[in-house]
Formats: sequence, C-alpha cells, structure tokens
Amino acid sequence: MADLHPDNPYAKDRFPDRAKQVEFPPEHKARFEHLLTRYPTKEACLLPTLHLAQEVWGWISPEVVHYVGSLLDLSPAQVFGVVSFYNMYNQKPVGKYHLQVCTNLSCMVSNAYDIYDHLCDRLKINPGETTKDGLYTVVEVECLGSCGTAPVVQINNDYHENMDVAKMDALLPTLK
Amino acid sequence: MTEPIKVLTANIDKPNSASIETYGDYAAARKALAMKPEDVVTLVKDSELRGRGGAGFPTGMKWSFVPKNAPKPTYLLCNADESEPGTFKDRVLIEQDPHLLLEGMLIAAYAIGSCPMGYIYIRGEFYFGATVLDKALEEARAKGFLGKNIFGTGFDFDMTVHRGAGAYICGEETGLIESVEGHRGQPRVKPPFPAVVGVFGGPTVVNNVETLACVPLIVKNGAEWFKGFGTPKNTGPKLYCVSGNVKKPGVYEFPMGINLKELIYDHCGGITGDRKLKAVIPGGASAPMLLPDEIDLPLNFDAVMKAGSMLGSAGIIVLDESVCIVDAVWRLAKFFAHESCGQCTPCREGTNWLESILDRLERGEGRPQDADLLLDMSDNIGGKSLCALGDAAIGPVISSVRKFRDEYVYHVTHKSCLPGTRRYRRLDMPVAAH
Repeated sequence: MADLHPDNPYAKDRFPDRAKQVEFPPEHKARFEHLLTRYPTKEACLLPTLHLAQEVWGWISPEVVHYVGSLLDLSPAQVFGVVSFYNMYNQKPVGKYHLQVCTNLSCMVSNAYDIYDHLCDRLKINPGETTKDGLYTVVEVECLGSCGTAPVVQINNDYHENMDVAKMDALLPTLK
Repeated sequence: MTEPIKVLTANIDKPNSASIETYGDYAAARKALAMKPEDVVTLVKDSELRGRGGAGFPTGMKWSFVPKNAPKPTYLLCNADESEPGTFKDRVLIEQDPHLLLEGMLIAAYAIGSCPMGYIYIRGEFYFGATVLDKALEEARAKGFLGKNIFGTGFDFDMTVHRGAGAYICGEETGLIESVEGHRGQPRVKPPFPAVVGVFGGPTVVNNVETLACVPLIVKNGAEWFKGFGTPKNTGPKLYCVSGNVKKPGVYEFPMGINLKELIYDHCGGITGDRKLKAVIPGGASAPMLLPDEIDLPLNFDAVMKAGSMLGSAGIIVLDESVCIVDAVWRLAKFFAHESCGQCTPCREGTNWLESILDRLERGEGRPQDADLLLDMSDNIGGKSLCALGDAAIGPVISSVRKFRDEYVYHVTHKSCLPGTRRYRRLDMPVAAH
C-alpha cells in the first residue's frame, strides 16, 4: 500500500498514536471478537466493525478509522475508502436524532418533499446540517424499501411509515 | 377477476409469525437433506423457478453451474439488499416469516454443496429485519436445524447476517460479493462468473430472498404443483409491490402473470383521487415506463419484456396525471447518479449529466435540443459499463422522452411544467453534498 501524502489525515505516519486514542468498550470488544469467528478473512469484518464503531461513537472520526484499521490489519486509507463509499457511515457528527427523509419517486409523489422542507424550515437548518442543540440532523435519503407505506422517515434505526407533516410535527416534541 | 393467493405469504398474518413455533419443524429441509444434492437441483430446475431479484434467471440452472470439487469452499449468499425504488417485498418476508428464508437457504446450501457458512446480505437500513433474522437464527440453532450434523445427515451449515451500509450497487451480484469481502461495492469484471470465482475466491451462488423462499415450497409440494401457478417458463407464486398514486398500495401475491391493469384498478382500488393514469413503471426504477394503453398485459418476465419494459423486481410505481414526468424522471436520474459506484466512466459521468439536464429543464433553463441530447447521452451509457446500473439509469429516461416528448418540449418553450402537473420539490432548497 503506497504511503499517502503526510498532510493527509489518513496517512499512517502523521498521527502514529491516533489508533490508540479510542477503544471499544468491553461489550463491543466482545462482539468484535465474535465477528472474527464468522468470516474467513479479517478484512471481511470491516463493514460490521464500522457498524459497531458507529454504534459507540455515533460517527466515524479519523481516530476511529485508524483504530478500526489497527484491529483488522488494514491501512487507514483502505478503511476510509470504505467509510466514504457507503452512505450510512457518518463522516461527521450527527444529531441525537438523525431524521432521514426518503424522497425517491414513490415517496415523492406521496408528498415526501413537504415533510423534508417543513423539517428544514421548522428546525431552521439546511439539509445535512445539525441543529445547534445537537438534537436533530435532517437529510434526504434514497429509497428505503418501504414504498408501500410512503412517505417514510427513518429516525436513527427506526422506520416511521405513512408520514405527513402533521404526524411529523406531533412526533418531533417526543424526540428529546 | 383473479383472486389473490396466500402461498409465500401464508404465515405472515399469524400471530408471532416470525417465531419457529409458528413456522414449524423445517419439514421441507428434512426431506431435501434426505435426497441427493443433485436431485434437489433437478427438482428446482423442473419447477422452472426464475430468480426474483430482477433478472429472472432460472435458479436451478444457476445452482448447476457450481463446479464440483472446486479447490476453494463454495458459498451461498442471500441477496437481501432490497434497494430498487418501488420494491418492498423481501422486507415483508424477512420481518414476518424469516424461517421460510432460512429453510430455503439451508436447502439451497445443501443442493450446491456449500461450505458450513452462508451469509445473508441485508441492506443496512433494515435494522429491524436484521434483528429478526438474528433471533430466527438463534431459534434454528437451538433446535439443531442449523449447526453441525443437521438432522443426523452429516451436513454442517450456519449463517451470518451481514448488514450493508447504504449502497444500492451492493444489490448487484458481484458488488455484493465485494461488499461481503469488506471492500467498496464496486462490481467485478465478468467472466469469471460468481459460480466459478465468487466470494473469498470460491464458487458462489447469490439468490434473492423471494427466490430462496420459494425453495421449501417446491421441495414440500413438488415441481408440478409450483408450475400450476402461472404459465410455462413463468411459474410460481409472485409478490407484486404496488406504490405511488394508487388507493391501496402494498404487497400483493398472485400466481405469476396477473394482469397489470386488473392489479391497479381492481385490487389496488384504482388511482388516488380517481384521477387519470399517466404512466406505470412495472419493474422498479430501472424499468422503462408504460403508457395507460400499454398496461393490459400479464405481469410475467416474458410478457413485460415483449412490451418493451421489464418485470425486474416487480416494483410497480403508478404515476397519475398530476405528476410532471420530467420531475419524476429527474428524481430517478438523481438516484442513479447518487448510486453509481464511480468505476466506469460512462455511468459515473453520464448519470450525473442526465440529472443535470433534467434539472435544468425543470428550472426553465432547458434548451431545444435537450430531449435529443438525453437520448444521445443514454446511447453513450447503455451497454458501456461493467454492470447493469448504467442500463438501468437510462430505462426511465429513454422511455419518457419517447413517450412524453411533447411534455419535454413544453418545458423548453414555456419554461414551466405542463398545466395541471406539479413539481414536488422546492427549487430553492440547497442540495446537500452526495
């Protein structure tokens, strides 16, 4: 693996101690050890390990990239290549509630953009941004595979189906 | 009128449908594991089961491509990366009847001579589905239906639920394989085909959830019974997902080949607000659109292909007269531009250009040559990429330009949508980075 430019935050030698700045808590450590028994190669554990990391830290910081790389004998660049390819790995911190509005065709014709626009207006943020109190992030996402109950808003891991602006307004105050 | 059936969905209305107590004792798997593996493959071949993921490839034939005595272990992967816009059938099976899928996988693994570990690649957003599958796996292990020496036959098999992380392209067979190996989900050059060199270098079979769910039913009831549904070469029960502007959207089960018009007007209650139908996408976002006078056709692989579209994953999206067709196609183009893996230049660049041109038409900045430009660009994407995503992206574009050219021209001449149609998004909304 060719070395990256030393200014690149994912270059191995720039932050030799970065991988040591974070560590899985014991429960996640155990789940990680179990993962290793389920795949024939260490590399194959990368996606599930990143899911574990996101569960712990909420996003995949450069430190986490280095840490996960050190666990699986992968270069930070290779780990970051995967992190940046997949949508669900957050490359910056997100709010406590990650409001993911599906706006693909079936949801769109069921007025999903009304919900999306309303959320941005009400929370006074642009798409992709987080409210100042760190509570909400609003993003537009691609098809969530629940078109029969459109429009759908995924909040963290949960689907909220058959949504509309009124239901969203009623739901927001319960997300504290 | 054709009555809906309850074959694949027989269990989903029962209380605790996801538990092994409700499901039963894997009788079909017991029966299959007492047969010779090649006889199971022959049985599935005889049933004429075709893959439900989109391509409609005969499943038994796919299984028979796996070489015997390959130097590396053989793998079975289940494709539960259901991401095609308009498709939501696999989620129902995963969440409501996971044991049907697990039993199907067990039989498939035995038939192809799989190594003791199979993987279920479920899209990351189906978090609940993944927890349901994990629980079902625990139940099956506790009963001895998975693990070592299953049913005393000496066959070992277990499965791992592998969550994706939000990439449509991982639903492509080789993209899925790359993703299981821990890489970016960029499809591979074929050949070698996965049946020869797939995941971890071994022969690999990738089957869709609904396909695998058919397998226990075939083993239990026989190939002739399965062929009793549908027509020759288009057999079996089939789940249809209907969404968009219909009164009763949802998953419907029929013998393969339900009439599309009947499905929309009789079973789904017709169009929302009793408006007029404008267009139907019969097989997920990739499928070319059909006009209202083209929908009197049976929904099976061959008939829809003959009508110039494809059944794909049977994700039927219904659009009524109030929808601006340019806006609808823009939304699909945006999807494909977002999901292109970036590996092949025609797809990576082309899908973004399609999105940009459709966007400028919506903004009243369209140029007179744009409709032809879209066709020309599509011609330079189709067939010029490693996987089918490029071809998928141009399906809605080409069909809409051909069938709604007047509406495209209207956007250029009047700088607005057709009267009576609407755009759903706000043009002043900043777009977050892809």
